[in-house]
Amino acid sequence: METAIKDLTVTDEKVAPKSALGTYLKEAFKSVGEITIFGGRFFKELFLPPYEFKAFFIQCYKIGNKSLPLVAITGFIMGLVLTLQARPTLAEFGAESWLPGMVALSLIREIAPVVTALISAGKIGSGIGAELGSMKVTEQIDAMEVSAINPFKYLVVTRILATTLMIPLLVLFADAVGMLGAFVGVNIHNHVTLIRFFHQAISKIAFIDIIPATIKSVFFGFFIGLIGCYNGYTADNGTESVGKAANTAVVMASLTIFIIDMLAVQIIDLL
Amino acid sequence: MQVEELPITVNTEQTKNVIQIKNLHKTFTDREHEVLKGVNLTIREGENVVVLGKSGTGKSVLIKCIVGLVIADEGEINVFGKDICNLPEKELNKVRIKMGFLFQSAALYDSMTVRENLNFPLRRSQKHLSAKEREAMIIEQLHNVGLEAAIDKMPSELSGGMRKRIGLARTLILKPEIMLYDEPTTGLDTITSKEISELILSVQKKNKTTSIIITHDMECAKLTADRIVILKDGLIVAEGTYSSLENSQDEWVRSFFNK
Repeated sequence: METAIKDLTVTDEKVAPKSALGTYLKEAFKSVGEITIFGGRFFKELFLPPYEFKAFFIQCYKIGNKSLPLVAITGFIMGLVLTLQARPTLAEFGAESWLPGMVALSLIREIAPVVTALISAGKIGSGIGAELGSMKVTEQIDAMEVSAINPFKYLVVTRILATTLMIPLLVLFADAVGMLGAFVGVNIHNHVTLIRFFHQAISKIAFIDIIPATIKSVFFGFFIGLIGCYNGYTADNGTESVGKAANTAVVMASLTIFIIDMLAVQIIDLL
Repeated sequence: MQVEELPITVNTEQTKNVIQIKNLHKTFTDREHEVLKGVNLTIREGENVVVLGKSGTGKSVLIKCIVGLVIADEGEINVFGKDICNLPEKELNKVRIKMGFLFQSAALYDSMTVRENLNFPLRRSQKHLSAKEREAMIIEQLHNVGLEAAIDKMPSELSGGMRKRIGLARTLILKPEIMLYDEPTTGLDTITSKEISELILSVQKKNKTTSIIITHDMECAKLTADRIVILKDGLIVAEGTYSSLENSQDEWVRSFFNK
């Protein structure tokens, strides 16, 4: 009898981790499926009237304009640090003159889009998740619905559109400010005029560097908005779910940014 | 428990049925229990019906089903002769616009001022109105609830009672024919509760609305109810006037009236 009990215990221990992993995977796939359906509804509602232009412009202002200081500070530091870190290695090979071009390429192709998107996931994605989650908990979304107002169109479509448009613009802004930071970084050790610095930087950049990065940023923006809205709009009742919605929005959006970035690099390599 | 039918004051011959609920069932899969187990209820035009019941018996779910916020699993909800359970979104919205819903939390849009809160649904449903006409309607509604001075305030600057009044004004601005109140006096002091109850009654008299009021506040029920229905375990177990239920033979029914 004792042996039989022992055997059962061992079996349970072996099964438990598999079961937990299974549950985790099931939940993950369920979330992906639900976000896909949510995204599908976005495209359906996007083309159907009435169009919420005013709400869209308000969101563009909130998401774009109000993120400028944060993106500016981050962009400037990115450019400055990248320059200061890269300079000793390039100086060793006597290639300091390549510094503006190298920094420009790194910023435009990779660093500015990814870092700006990650900052936006933290600031904008969590903001959207918390705002919509709070509206859900306090029945404001239900109040819209019973007044025959389509809350999905008014709250979700406008926000996803705004992030899709504003994130690429914020990335371009981060590129410009990052270059300014790089200029300051170069001038700590050498004296280079602004015109010469930008001439050297721009001579190394082609449209093929800017266009894929901008397209990538459009996807970053779309998914930051989509994931933030999904988590807020589908939040459970209770104040705890507001924090959970904001937190999950950041984690999911950040992970999605890296996945999109990886796919984008593979696709650009093929071109 | 059998449904206890007691005398009702409304003249049933002269009024038509505006809401008819037949065999309504609702189960929440995450809760794994049936909240509504076959509710049958008819509400006549101009009637104030109060729904009583212990917490978790499905009172809020019932009125959320009526307005289409919760989809019923089985049964019929006829509002103005249309079964809202089977209506497409566009048609459902046409019915919804004739109904007003006062949420327990008032559900004011906290990013908008009081004026914008009232203007928001009005601008969308009454597109033919000019900005001046809308402003006049907003001021009129705020006057009706005694809060014209709060027009430029944000919801966060208002007390609980004021929020309920503004929520009521926002609902009434669309001139609904049916009003649904989800615990309108919860969380308010006795004096404010009485003011809200009197406001509900005056709204019903002035606008000739049909109302369903979910409440635990017996003073509110006494003041507003033409008829009271009592829900227990997802079923209506008693209905009648306040005085008839107050003197019911059933001890459990009487317990609501502190008797």
